Amino acid sequence: MNVLLESKDVCKYFGGLKAVQKVNMRVRQGDVFGIIGPNGAGKTTFFNLCSGIYSPTSGQILFEGEDISHLRPEDIAKRGIARTFQNIQLFKFMTVLDNVKIGFHLSTRTNMLDAMLHTRRYRQDEEMIQTQGRRILEKVGLAEYASLPAGNLPYGIQRKVEIARALALEPKMILLDEPAAGMNPMETDSLRQFILQLNQEGYTIVVIEHDMKFVMNSCSRILVLNFGEKIFEGTPEQVRSDPGVNEAYFGKSGYWKEAQEDAEG
Amino acid sequence: MKTLRKYRWVLICLLLAVALILPQVISSYLAGILCRILLFGTLAGSLNVINGYSGQMNIGHAGFVCIGAYTGAILATRTGVPFVLQLVCGGILASLVAWVLSKPMQRLKGIYLAIITMGFCEITRIISLNWVGLTGGPLGIKNIPAPVFFGVKFNTPERYAYIFLAILVIFTFLTGRVLNSRVGRAWISIREDDLAARSLGVKLGHYRSINLMYGAFFAGVCGAAMGPYYRYIASDMFSMDMSFNILSMVILGGQGTLIGPIVGAAIINTVTEAFRFAQEYRMVLYAVIIIAMMWIRPQGLIGVSNSMLSGRGIVKKRGRGQKNERPA
Repeated sequence: MNVLLESKDVCKYFGGLKAVQKVNMRVRQGDVFGIIGPNGAGKTTFFNLCSGIYSPTSGQILFEGEDISHLRPEDIAKRGIARTFQNIQLFKFMTVLDNVKIGFHLSTRTNMLDAMLHTRRYRQDEEMIQTQGRRILEKVGLAEYASLPAGNLPYGIQRKVEIARALALEPKMILLDEPAAGMNPMETDSLRQFILQLNQEGYTIVVIEHDMKFVMNSCSRILVLNFGEKIFEGTPEQVRSDPGVNEAYFGKSGYWKEAQEDAEG
Repeated sequence: MKTLRKYRWVLICLLLAVALILPQVISSYLAGILCRILLFGTLAGSLNVINGYSGQMNIGHAGFVCIGAYTGAILATRTGVPFVLQLVCGGILASLVAWVLSKPMQRLKGIYLAIITMGFCEITRIISLNWVGLTGGPLGIKNIPAPVFFGVKFNTPERYAYIFLAILVIFTFLTGRVLNSRVGRAWISIREDDLAARSLGVKLGHYRSINLMYGAFFAGVCGAAMGPYYRYIASDMFSMDMSFNILSMVILGGQGTLIGPIVGAAIINTVTEAFRFAQEYRMVLYAVIIIAMMWIRPQGLIGVSNSMLSGRGIVKKRGRGQKNERPA
């Protein structure tokens, strides 16, 4: 399978802080690609680099073989990368449906004159986003919330609205930043099902997640970051048995053994 | 509320009918106030498009009015082009200047935009004060001819009210349509969360730029309409005072609502007229109103949930159950 998103020695420094250092990653088409790591490992920074919110200090990010390292977020969205945010960034005062409608911004062409004169293009666009928007909401299971202001909804629902909005872009790849945060196990499970369903439909998905069960059960490949550096990349099974990853998460196993031995007396 | 929504067209027609008859039955003095209300209603509305819908903090709106006014007045006194063309030219020139201004504004946010626009407002005023050859300098431009339609000379407030009314109606109608389209949604998305908007492909710079140009266009049109009404313009009419005046109408009426700024314009103009006897001290009252407003109803008078006054459900999207929350 061909590589969709690739990072080559990507670094991002904030002054002296090395948030992301020499990260190499290859996301192939059709992957559900997980990025894990302890807090402050640089996962979200890395996402922001991929979606153009930051531009890398050095290194390259390639999407479909083209360099996107220094493009603006709006141009990267145009190439087919949609994303959600860790701290939900919905348009709070707009309805759920209108949130999704903005997702169609790139696939519609109405300009100001069309809007003023209600030309055919305006009517076609509005009709299209109305029906397509509803279709997406139904698919995500949010049809009943369509006309409610997005800011008033429960956390879990807001996360789904963000995904719905990203889907409206009709992207090739979706970056999900901690989609299961704040969800209960049942919601997490239905989200996992949903993400796998999206993957079946042909979306390539990159997901940052802390929920190990979620990551291990849904991802085909996993990248592990710690202190801004890549410490491992591989399948869930490989990640589970890698000593470096275990060390990053649980500390040096030697201490653990010593502690156990101490306890046994 | 539902019934109100149902009858909104009836209500709008009624309001229009009243506005049409009103100038004929009131005194010339009152017609003058009506003119101010209608003029500032459009001005506040056009500022609201910028401040309320795209979240750009423009506090130098008078600069655009100034450009429109001088363009209109110069065209009227020197060339004699038709009145409507004067308005359009005033609008286009203001809009072009807004385009230039939007370039340095693209990289900035919030309070920094306020400083840029304030500087811009002062610059236009000072240029119009000192470019004697073009603008008449401190003397301003006098004897701006009143427009003539169908053989009727619009030289009294009673008649001129119809011109301001027409501008206001056209502005509100067009703005309502734009706001309910892809363009308007892009503006609102930028106001709500610019990062999210960008990651959905909304070109931030472009939409902020056309937003400013749209607001400036109508400010320019109003400016060009002002000249023939007062028969005279001078640079001191377009100081920061005017900018703050317009801004306070927007804040009072409710940012991000279609009707709010018009209500704000009506209230502030009425209050300042009613307290004319207090002379300079009425500005104190004025300040008190704004402070009280920020305190009691930061979302403005019309910034309520299901108000039928709120333009086409755009406000509906924000209020509802979070009365004291401030628009982002």
